[in-house]
Amino acid sequence: MTNKTDVIVVGAGPAGISAAITLAKAGKSVILIERGAFAGAKNVFGGAIYTQPTKEIFPDFEYEAPLERKIITHKYFLRNDSQELGVEYFNDIHDNAYTVIRGKFDRYMQKKAEEAGVVFVNETLVEDLIYDGKFVVGVKTELENYYSSIVILADGVNSLLAKQAGLRKEIRKQDVVLSVKEVIKIGEDKINERFNLTSGEGSAYEIFGEPMNGFFGAGFLYTNKDSVSIGVGVSLEDLAELKIRPYELLDKLKNHPRFVNLLKDGELIEYSAHLIPEGGYKRIPKLASNGVMIVGDAAMLVNNIHFEGTNMALISGKLAAETAVEALNKHDFSEKTLSLYKKKLQNSFIIKDLRTYRGVTPTIIKHRREFLDYYLSKVLEFFNIFTTVDSKPRRQKYQAYIKSFFTDRCPCKFFHEMFSLIKMVLGVLCGK
Amino acid sequence: MENKKIDDKLYCVKFCPDENSHLKPDKNACKRCKTKVCTFICPANVYEWVATKDELVVKYENCLECGACRIACEEKILNWKYPKGNKGATFKNS
Repeated sequence: MTNKTDVIVVGAGPAGISAAITLAKAGKSVILIERGAFAGAKNVFGGAIYTQPTKEIFPDFEYEAPLERKIITHKYFLRNDSQELGVEYFNDIHDNAYTVIRGKFDRYMQKKAEEAGVVFVNETLVEDLIYDGKFVVGVKTELENYYSSIVILADGVNSLLAKQAGLRKEIRKQDVVLSVKEVIKIGEDKINERFNLTSGEGSAYEIFGEPMNGFFGAGFLYTNKDSVSIGVGVSLEDLAELKIRPYELLDKLKNHPRFVNLLKDGELIEYSAHLIPEGGYKRIPKLASNGVMIVGDAAMLVNNIHFEGTNMALISGKLAAETAVEALNKHDFSEKTLSLYKKKLQNSFIIKDLRTYRGVTPTIIKHRREFLDYYLSKVLEFFNIFTTVDSKPRRQKYQAYIKSFFTDRCPCKFFHEMFSLIKMVLGVLCGK
Repeated sequence: MENKKIDDKLYCVKFCPDENSHLKPDKNACKRCKTKVCTFICPANVYEWVATKDELVVKYENCLECGACRIACEEKILNWKYPKGNKGATFKNS
């Protein structure tokens, strides 16, 4: 066979690049195939990468990579049409995360991979897997076939190849969130002023409620050097059911009175859309088969509660690559040997965390109309009562507020939802 | 900030459209689809139902390659592929 390498990696996102670089550093020959013009050309996310996992693959990235701002404040907002409650966590010595522009940052990762010896093939779409008996032995592209001992699929959330390989079933609407995002140029000084930052320091916002009241979804905003990334992500199921155009929701978020001034005179520089796999633990596909492994978004490795995705991509890519090295050393590419990757994932934070949170998303989705609309408004109502001075006795108002939980709706609903909530929390804390 | 229309939003994205569509719905099957979910779920407004012609028009050159239509398609009659290697959308600033 011509063109034979040790490993072919399909897709140059964080999972694929991490796998490729780990293999190259172990002395294995590796081809990384990307359909875009460069790594990052097709890659879209909210806005932040996490320092510790990124350092595991790129130890010097904080000094070398094109970073936008170090996140020093996280803000969480609950909103309805007229009220907002915000919680801010500030920590300026915390270097946990940085905002990046993927069109720039992924090219840095690509450069590091090429320096390590990875052969990068761009503008090439992998159309099919090539089989020899029951073993995947290569990939078919528009122009030529490439052969390898192992293929690692890092082709993202839609992973048509994982489906072809029989590793994954069709994705359901309730397992993905459709996210739309705009990058809006505002200027470095204006961002510093409006977000109360100094240059190099950034903010991350998460918004619940208006304009997504009652949907499974959230808004987000990240500050870049001279622009902001603002977007909304809503379950595809809700969008389909409620017949909402995703970009109209984003327009509503941008025009919320609390955001208008932050974005004033901004210039739209890019619009993008992406699916986020949020099916969690129960939707993790079969991770390995003869001659093939699946990593990152393609393997549905996302922790939506903590906005974690790129970290799981990087580490899953590394663990698949380490498995590939062991398999190559003993010339055994069977499902049994490659299933070591699954064991490595199970022993890592990735599957441990997804398992910890396995009941959270289903519970929130089930009660989204209550948790993300009714109770959210009740929280805002409490603050309204707490701050309003109207010459009425306080105790009476508090008692009426508590009573309203049982009179607004059937009291059994309140108990049922509280039971679900407690069960969900216990599930996270004790695994029950 | 002023809301731009979807066409203006898409104007900011670098597209290199192919000659042929990578999105191929079975247009006969589309006629029996009740929801026409693709016509409102697509973040790039790629799909438009033209009632006068009883036909789904696919403006594939605006596709952001997210895959929402593929998953949402009620009738499962959309043959969805990625555009060829050097075609489609390129995100430089996202």
